[in-house]
This record gives sequence, structure tokens and C-alpha cells, in this order.
Amino acid sequence: MKKFFAHPAARALFALLLVMIIGSIFNADETFFKWGTHRDTLRQMSTYGILACGMTVVIITGGIDLAVGSVLALSAVLFTKLSIHYDWPPAAAVAGALAGAMAAGFLSGTFTARFGVQPFIATLAMMVFARGMAKWVSGGEKVSTYVQQTDGSFSYEEPPAIMNFLNSGLFNNNIAVVTILFAISALVTWVLLSRLRWGRYLYAIGGNEEAARLSAVPVRAVKLLAYSYSGLLAGLAGLCQAAQEMQGDPEAGVSYELTAIAMVVIGGTSLMGGRGGVGLTIVGALTISYLEKILSINAVGEANRLMLTGAIIVGAVLFQRSQNNA
Amino acid sequence: MLLQMSDISKGFFGIPVLHGIDLHLDAGQTLVLAGENGAGKSTLMKILGGVHSPDSGSILIDGQPVILRQPLDAERAGIAIIHQELSVIGAMSVQDNLFLGHEITRLGMVNRRDQGRRAQELLRPFGLGDIDTSRRLETFPIAVRQLIEIARATSRDARVIVMDEPTSSLADPDVAKLVQIMADMKSRGAGIIFISHKMSEIYQVADQIMVMRDGRHVATSAAAEMSPQALITNLVGRELTGQIPAPPPLEADAPEMMKVSGLSVASPTLPGQWVIQDVGFSVRRGEILGFSGLQGSGCSDVFHALYGSFGRRARGTILSETIRSLPRSPREAIAHRIAFLPADRKESGLILQMSVAQNITLPTLPKFSPGGWLSNGDENRCAGGYIEALRIRCMGPRQPVRFLSGGNQQKVLLARCLETKPILLLLDEPTRGVDVGAKHEIYELISQIRKQGTTILLITTELPEMLGLADRICVMHRGHISNVLSRDEATQENILAAAMGGEAQSA
Repeated sequence: MKKFFAHPAARALFALLLVMIIGSIFNADETFFKWGTHRDTLRQMSTYGILACGMTVVIITGGIDLAVGSVLALSAVLFTKLSIHYDWPPAAAVAGALAGAMAAGFLSGTFTARFGVQPFIATLAMMVFARGMAKWVSGGEKVSTYVQQTDGSFSYEEPPAIMNFLNSGLFNNNIAVVTILFAISALVTWVLLSRLRWGRYLYAIGGNEEAARLSAVPVRAVKLLAYSYSGLLAGLAGLCQAAQEMQGDPEAGVSYELTAIAMVVIGGTSLMGGRGGVGLTIVGALTISYLEKILSINAVGEANRLMLTGAIIVGAVLFQRSQNNA
Repeated sequence: MLLQMSDISKGFFGIPVLHGIDLHLDAGQTLVLAGENGAGKSTLMKILGGVHSPDSGSILIDGQPVILRQPLDAERAGIAIIHQELSVIGAMSVQDNLFLGHEITRLGMVNRRDQGRRAQELLRPFGLGDIDTSRRLETFPIAVRQLIEIARATSRDARVIVMDEPTSSLADPDVAKLVQIMADMKSRGAGIIFISHKMSEIYQVADQIMVMRDGRHVATSAAAEMSPQALITNLVGRELTGQIPAPPPLEADAPEMMKVSGLSVASPTLPGQWVIQDVGFSVRRGEILGFSGLQGSGCSDVFHALYGSFGRRARGTILSETIRSLPRSPREAIAHRIAFLPADRKESGLILQMSVAQNITLPTLPKFSPGGWLSNGDENRCAGGYIEALRIRCMGPRQPVRFLSGGNQQKVLLARCLETKPILLLLDEPTRGVDVGAKHEIYELISQIRKQGTTILLITTELPEMLGLADRICVMHRGHISNVLSRDEATQENILAAAMGGEAQSA
């Protein structure tokens, strides 16, 4: 038994299994056994999950990215502004939003890698700055399909097709497009971490930065990559958010970074860096999301839900930690 | 008798470090504790300071047994320790440091005015009566910080004061002040244990000298009865511990491989100061050139400078067929086929979470990842080859390196160096923390590497090892090369004399 729990993946899966068993028992008149419930859970967790994939990469280098929630908002307003108000073609609007988000990540990375600012501080600053950018781009208001025309009158525009697509479902509406995007993000992240040279460098820097430097690992460039990648995925999450809300809200994504970090940590990726992986993060994301879903279908009030979730996060992390130190 | 430590033994992870040490200290006496690096002095003092608990033995103060479980216990027992590494807190003010844990308070609030006054009283004997004690400590030069640390230890009216190389950053006038202050403390009935590697200082302050070697007590006698010559003999010991397989002699016509001159590294904290200054040497192809010196002499810094670790802080010229300029980064060094095995393998060598194979291939990873895609098969094959060739005992290339013994971890690092196909190999303490069997395997590997024409620079604090392996030895003292000894000239006595800054006794 002890040996079984020696691997963080086993512990993470055990926690998820526990949650699923709870769900099966408190199934709210069999709501839990309907596919629709699972489809919705997966759809609701996708935005967070995409953020968590980028967060995993940064945390493996021993850093943290607090800016992802704000960068999500920046991307959402850029995307809606470009596609609804400026009538950019879908590909260009997507590229513009992603480029803006990635630039924000690149900037955080520059401050940590080039100027040695602690990741916590650098990304905290970016969190504030990107929120400001989002408000500047949007003029402080939600960017919706209700658009002021050149003659001063207002009219509703048709939402662009790309937004409708992102907000739809595939396979007879059995799986949401955003969930597919989450799965693709996770897959790309897995390839980066496990199959590419630069993934190895990410682990090396998180494991022992000095040893990595002495082994000719391009430490700065790798850190830049990590934060840029996190920015890029925050941008993708912003697209999903905008499509689901049918608007670009500059106030969107507040405290999403904390949910993403919780998903990574519950999965068992070490905040100290050098250890973990995106597979663990998926399990962590599922654990949190299902927990919330089960509480909500059982009509547990929001106050109790939040308190329970907080308690369970601490419990899960302690469970991960206790075994790591053993 | 003020302090009596009897039959103190201590081991770490089953490796004995101290074997039944006895130490006696009278009130009003200075006992100099001498021994080479690794002789066990620091461990003994950490036991006295409550940092480590002894496995056996007893400690009496004024004839009363004391049990020191934590540093606070030692402080309550009247023991003050001035550590070799500064233990003051740079971000706090001078007076906050002086009174840390002993703040002068009124109604529960720190009374800054009284503290300031008392701080000045304490610092006056050190010639620091006029400094602004509310300034942050880190704004003062290191010598001042060291004096403040000493002042702090003496302010607590400690009866037993341990000074572990207190003068390492002090200039002569400050040392003279320290000697005066030590005399005052002695006259007030305190006993002092003084650790130093500097011959002149030892005889300036010592009443008694106690020598340790390899965790054992070697000799104790009054300072007047132990001549400097006898002291060195005691430090070194008569017999060589274990035989070192001498590598085949260097070919007489081996060409010069590299000439280094004017190698200097600026101090990171103190402008105008140098970590090493104007170091120059030449080395022939396939030669093993040793670098020997006491702690802080700059041997490791020479290696780091050659490896590019200091970036632009290092300057100097290298003349060699392949290496045209001093590397500016480890990356450049590896491109010049210079490899480096750092001294502290867990701090700056291994990535403990990673596997044997991943550690070996880290600097050469592009070779194992064409187009950026990792080829685990190639990596494992490469690692497998080294596991066999260097006889690394592990469960396979995929085993995390943290589960390996010290000797096998060291071999993994050596394999990493060799995989870069170096023409110049910098080995900093290649056998530190390695058991005897693995040590011998590493000696043999060094001989083999040299036979293939790789030039090796070697640092080791174990003098017998140095004498057995090195063709020539550069002895360093305070950032300079103080002497270069050939194999014939090199004896433990000569090396130690040069390392302690004494006059060269070479022919």
C-alpha cells in the first residue's frame, strides 16, 4: 500500500477516485450518472484547465505565473474587439489576441530571466499591468455585440462565426469545443515536457538551476519560453472565455490563477520545481471540478461549497506532501 | 576546569567522523584547535554549540554535566560560537544584530536609545565606537561585519568562546585589536577555543595547542612546547592513509597545452577587492596539475574562472591551440571542450530528481535530440555504456540519481564530463564524500583519462591524494599562487607551509 502511494500519480488518482465515489453516492437523483452532467463539468473546467497546463510548465521551472487571469481578460477583449468591432477575419483576430497574450508572458519572463526579479513579483506586476491593458483596450466596458456605428447610433451585430463555433459542441453536442481545446493544450504540453529537449531543460532548471547553468543549459531562454507559453495558453483560455460569454469582459478571470495553481498542486507537481507533469495537472483539475460539481448538484449553498473546497484543497495537498517526505 | 569534553564520538549516516575526542579548557586560557580541512574540528565545535548531538561522550562545564540539544541550550550554558560563515543578518541594523534575542526593552518595547548606547560601548574596543548602529549591517564591509559578529558573541558574557577562523576577512590592524580583546576576555575568566590555519596567528594567541587529524585527537601540549615544525608534522601525520595508485609518469616531451596569465576575478561584493588576482600557470598535454590551498585561498575560483562561471567578472588570457579566450559562460567553455566537476555535487552538480541517463547527457543533450526531439534510446545506450565502463552501481540508466551512493553519484558526474569529450578537465574534489573503494576507482579513472591525452587540473584537500596524483602542484594562498612544487619537491609539509603563507621551503 505504502509502495503504491509512493508515486504522486497514484495519490492524485486516489483522490479523484474518492471524489467520484462521493459523486456516485450523493448522485442527486442520478444526475451524476447522466452524460450531460459530465459534459458540463468538462466544459466548465476547460478554461481553468488550459491555464493550468501553462501553469504546470512555469511551476516545473520553480516559478509561478500570477498573471494568467489578467492575461485571459486581455486576450478576451482583444479577440472581441478585433473580431466584432474591427471585423477582422477569424484567423487574424485569434492570432492578434494570442500574440498579445504571449507578449505579456514574454515580458514576465524577461523580468524573471533577464533581470532576476522573483517570479512571484514579476508576474504580480504583470497581473496588474495586463488588467490595465484589458481595460484600456476595451475602454473599461464589456466588449459586446452591441456596437456603436459611425453615425453614433447603436445596433446589435451578429456574433462572428468563430465565437459561435468555440461555444458549440461536437459529436451531437456530446463534448464541448473548449474541452477539445483543453485536451489539445494538455497534449501539446505533454509533448513539450516529455518529448522535447526544451522540456528536459525546464525540469533541469527547476531541479537545480545552478547545476543546469554549469551544464550549458540556456537558462534564460528556457525561462522565457516557459512564461511565454503560459501567456499563450492564457490567451487561448481568453478566447474560450469570450466565446462562452459572447463578450470580452475586462473584469474576467479574476482569481483564476489561484484555481489553476490549486489544480497543479493537487495533482502533485511540486511548487519547488523540477518534479511533476501535465498528466498530474489533468487529474488535479478533474478532482477540483468534479468536487465543485457534486457539491452544486446536491444544492450545497455557495458559502458551504467554498469552505468545503478550501478545506479539501488543503487536505489534498497535505496528502501529497506527507508521502513525498516519507 | 572550565570545560571538559570527554570521549566525544559522532558519525553521520554510519560514517564515523569523530573518534572519542577529549578536550580540556581552563578559565583564562586560549586553546588553539588545529587540523586540516575535514579533520573534525568543525563537527566538534558544532557539538559544543548544540548544533549536532554527540553519539557518545559527555560535556562538563565547571564540573557540571550539560546536555546541549539545540543552540539555545549552548547559549544558556555560557557557550558562544563565532562561526566561520558569518551568521549575522545583513538586512537588520547593527544594533538589532547585536541584541538579537536579547533586546533591551522597556514595557515590552525595544528601547532603541539604550540599545544604541550599549552597542557603542560594545563596539568601542574594536575601534567601531563611532559607527551608526542603526544602519543596515550589509552596508558595512565584510571585515566590520566580522568584528560585529565577534562583538555580539562577547556581549553575552559567555564563559566559553569558540572562534572558528575569525580572522579570515580581517586585515592585520584588526587582528591586533582582536588579540587585545581576547586578552581582556581571558582576564575576565573566559576560556577561548580558537581555530585558525595561519601559523603566525596560532603562535600569537595560543596557550595550548590541540591537533586533530581524521577525526582523532593527535596531540595536545603547551604552545611553547610544540614548535611550528612539530605542529605541521602532527597536522600531516607520518603515514599516508591508503595507497594512491600513482599514474604512469608524464611523457617527457609532452607539449605545452595551455598557458594562462593574469587570471583575476573581482569580488562580487567589495569593489576594488579580488577573489583571485593575477594567477598564471602553464600546463602540458596530459599533465595532472594540482591546485592546493586552505579554504578561501581561491583554488575553486580559478576553476570557475576557467569554466566561465563568473562571466565578465573574470579576466585574463589563455593561450592554447583551441582555446583562444577566457570562456564567458559554461556554454562557451563546453564548446571549447573544457569540462568541470564541481566540488559540491548536490548543490551545483547533480539534478537529483533526474535519472542517471538524464544527468549524464544534460550538457550534450542536442546530440541526443535531433531536431529538438529527445531520443530516449540513444540516451539510455550512452548512459549504459558509462555505467559499464565506470562501474556505476545502479539499477539502470533510468534510476533517479538521488538513490545512488556518493561514489556512484560522483561517477555519474564524471561520465557527464567525459561525454563532452574534454581536452581540459577541471576536477574539484573528485573524491569528496566518497567511500574508500570508490575513491580508488576514481583514481584509476583519472589515470586512464590522462593516458588519453586529456589535461587535468585537480583540487583535493586530501594531501596524500594530491601527492599521489599530481605531476606538479600550484599552492595558493589568499588568491595568489604562492608556490609551484614539482613532484619531487612536493611533500605535505612543503604544501602546508606554502598554503599557510610561510616562506617556500622548496629547492
